[in-house]
Amino acid sequence: MPSFVHVGSVRRSLLAVVVCGVAAGCSSSGGGGVNYSGAITVSSTADACTLSATSGPAGPTTFAVKNDGSEATEFYVYAADGQRIIAEVENIGPAITRELTVVLEPGTYETACKPGMVGDGIRAPFTATGTSTAPSGNAAALAAAADEYKAWVATEAAALLAGTNAFVTAVKDGDQAKAKALYAATRVHWERIEPVAESFGDLDPRLDARENDVEPGDDWTGWHRIEKALWLDESVDGMNPIADQMLADTEELIAKIATVELTADQVTNGAKELLDEVANGKVTGEEERYSHTDLWDFQANIDGAKKAYDVVTPVVAAKDPALKATLDATFADLQESLDLYRVGEGFVLYTELTDAQVKELAAKVEALSEPLSRLTVTVVT
Amino acid sequence: MTAPTVSRRRLLGLAAGGAALGVAGVGTAAVVVSQEASASSQAEAAIAFEGAHQAGIVTPQQDRLHFVAFDVTTTDPAELWALLKEWTAAARRLTSGLPVGSGGAVDGLPDAPPDDTGESIGLPPAGLTLTIGFGASLFDDRFGLAAQKPAALADLPHFIGDNLDLAISGGDLCLQACAYDEQVALHAVRQLARIGAGVVNPRWAQLGYLRSTGVGDSAATPRNLIGFKDGTNNLELTPPSTEAHLWAQPEDGAGWMVGGSYLVSRRIRMTIEVWDRTSLKEQEAIIGRHKGSGAPLGSGEERADLDFDAVDSAGQPVIPTAAHVRLAHPSNNGDARLQRRGYNFADGIDRVGRMDAGLFFLAYQRDPRKQFVPVQTQLSRLDILNEYIKHGSSGLFACPPGVSASGYWGETLFG
Repeated sequence: MPSFVHVGSVRRSLLAVVVCGVAAGCSSSGGGGVNYSGAITVSSTADACTLSATSGPAGPTTFAVKNDGSEATEFYVYAADGQRIIAEVENIGPAITRELTVVLEPGTYETACKPGMVGDGIRAPFTATGTSTAPSGNAAALAAAADEYKAWVATEAAALLAGTNAFVTAVKDGDQAKAKALYAATRVHWERIEPVAESFGDLDPRLDARENDVEPGDDWTGWHRIEKALWLDESVDGMNPIADQMLADTEELIAKIATVELTADQVTNGAKELLDEVANGKVTGEEERYSHTDLWDFQANIDGAKKAYDVVTPVVAAKDPALKATLDATFADLQESLDLYRVGEGFVLYTELTDAQVKELAAKVEALSEPLSRLTVTVVT
Repeated sequence: MTAPTVSRRRLLGLAAGGAALGVAGVGTAAVVVSQEASASSQAEAAIAFEGAHQAGIVTPQQDRLHFVAFDVTTTDPAELWALLKEWTAAARRLTSGLPVGSGGAVDGLPDAPPDDTGESIGLPPAGLTLTIGFGASLFDDRFGLAAQKPAALADLPHFIGDNLDLAISGGDLCLQACAYDEQVALHAVRQLARIGAGVVNPRWAQLGYLRSTGVGDSAATPRNLIGFKDGTNNLELTPPSTEAHLWAQPEDGAGWMVGGSYLVSRRIRMTIEVWDRTSLKEQEAIIGRHKGSGAPLGSGEERADLDFDAVDSAGQPVIPTAAHVRLAHPSNNGDARLQRRGYNFADGIDRVGRMDAGLFFLAYQRDPRKQFVPVQTQLSRLDILNEYIKHGSSGLFACPPGVSASGYWGETLFG
């Protein structure tokens, strides 16, 4: 098959996302100073959330979350206010252990297990002790922000792989109902980290190309190929090779993500790009043309942009409080509109939206995107 | 340019009479005329309809475009040939600034609807050119033309990212009306569409514009809607460039097309709201030129040669490897060159409240299979600009050679 390079991947290469092996000074242990050893274990059951320690030294901190209950669970680290999410790991099945790595500055936090993945969860305080190991000043804050974002990306990548595994199994079992149920919920993890996930050569077109992104003579593979099979053809006959390829590609992606180096400006540019994704594909209903689950992707892109904003919020607050106020308000305003279309764990189908509703969402995307496009210059200069 | 001063009409007369003058001389003369004229007289004068090549291809680009594609609705070839003769007669009058029909707009019988619809009363020719093209579908089994279909009129392939609306793509015929006045262009299209009723039916249309002549420096390269100069490195419109890259040649086959040219149209929507949020540095890296001067990155002169080998102090290419100018440049496409003649468009607001605007790309060439197709294939794969544009309409038309004093549009094909 002649290879081709998707526009998305080219764009990301412009941003010079640096991968270990290419860049100098990049350690094989994952770079970025994230230490995966010495994890704090977490046991989540129906009525308890037991941590092996309720405090630890500031810096990279790994929680190994084991689901000892019978329902799927989630684990969160919140800021001291119990509202702002620092990091999370979702959809941990019974008997499964998943790791969450987060860079904690000295201070107090709240941890939470959410058995059944609903409600406020079982919460407890957590303290990061000592002084920040990072150098002081803006550069340090930005480095810490990039590390925190990178840890979040790793968490999302792990969830993407787990979800893809389940999805691929359902497709190969011919269980169309299950595959459909897993489709949007799994893609959420892709869409949240899209700027990073798109940065690796032709993995993005292999995994996320839409039919018109493919040249005659090339094979169309990935999520949207199976989307078409599930929703349009209503048959997954012949999809086994596509499913196998998806899983292999996702495993390759996750391995590459583990070696990625990110700088703060790449993180904040990623926020802008995620809003561009919403403007170009989601708010127009072009992304999920068969399943019409565009609002899942929409929310996930916003989640990714919000995370990127959250990690640099202290810097923004110091440098441009007015921009922070604007971004806080416009993020909240957009989220409020999006929440109107929530149904259960997901959203209504894009095709159920009226033109007026689409237009209102698009206007709020514009209202957020304009100030968000000033985030990078504010943070790095 | 130091060509002798000579009126185009006179030159054309010579060419038609003796057939001794080279084909390219006509295009050269047209350029000379335009350079002599002041902005205002240029915007009012007539441009000769007749010539070895159709006007509107190498003619210096007028400010306004009204482009229409037609479906042929008749199944009778004789009706189609008759229409093309009638259109040619009307085009001769319109490009001279005259109304169509013996009665014109107001001098016919009071009880009859006027021959001419009248909105150009009092307006000069305004540089009107009318250029006709034949789509591949005209060469199906309806009119007995299949054997004459040029190989170069092969359907364009699907390019990565194409999202074409077939209702505003293709067509059996196209008419490109260009003028320095929008109403003059509209008037011409309207008369021809009216004459064509029952034989052809309008399929889709696109209006476009450039900066108005007389407003600002008319010699400056116009800007597109992403704010960059567009057309700096256009085709050189003198031989041997025109023979090599623009006009179909005898050795190309399809003898009726010799002296004609192939037109590719692409309606390229720009997601300008997204583009506008991109940093200046990134915009310039995507295009490969400075936004202000239009100069290649690393240079101060708009028309400086593009140095694709230049590297900065860090060893990175000064013009990025995926920059639009690099990917589209003839040196990276086997010397494929295009006579680009596109127009900006702004068609109001789309369904989600964003400006429906962009570039209506028009490019003339000798053989699309060797020119537009390889260039666009490379761009569709690699151009970062693709994140900000969507191709929504596509057309490919064989524009026959020009019309002699007694000839008509398409006579080499139908005659």
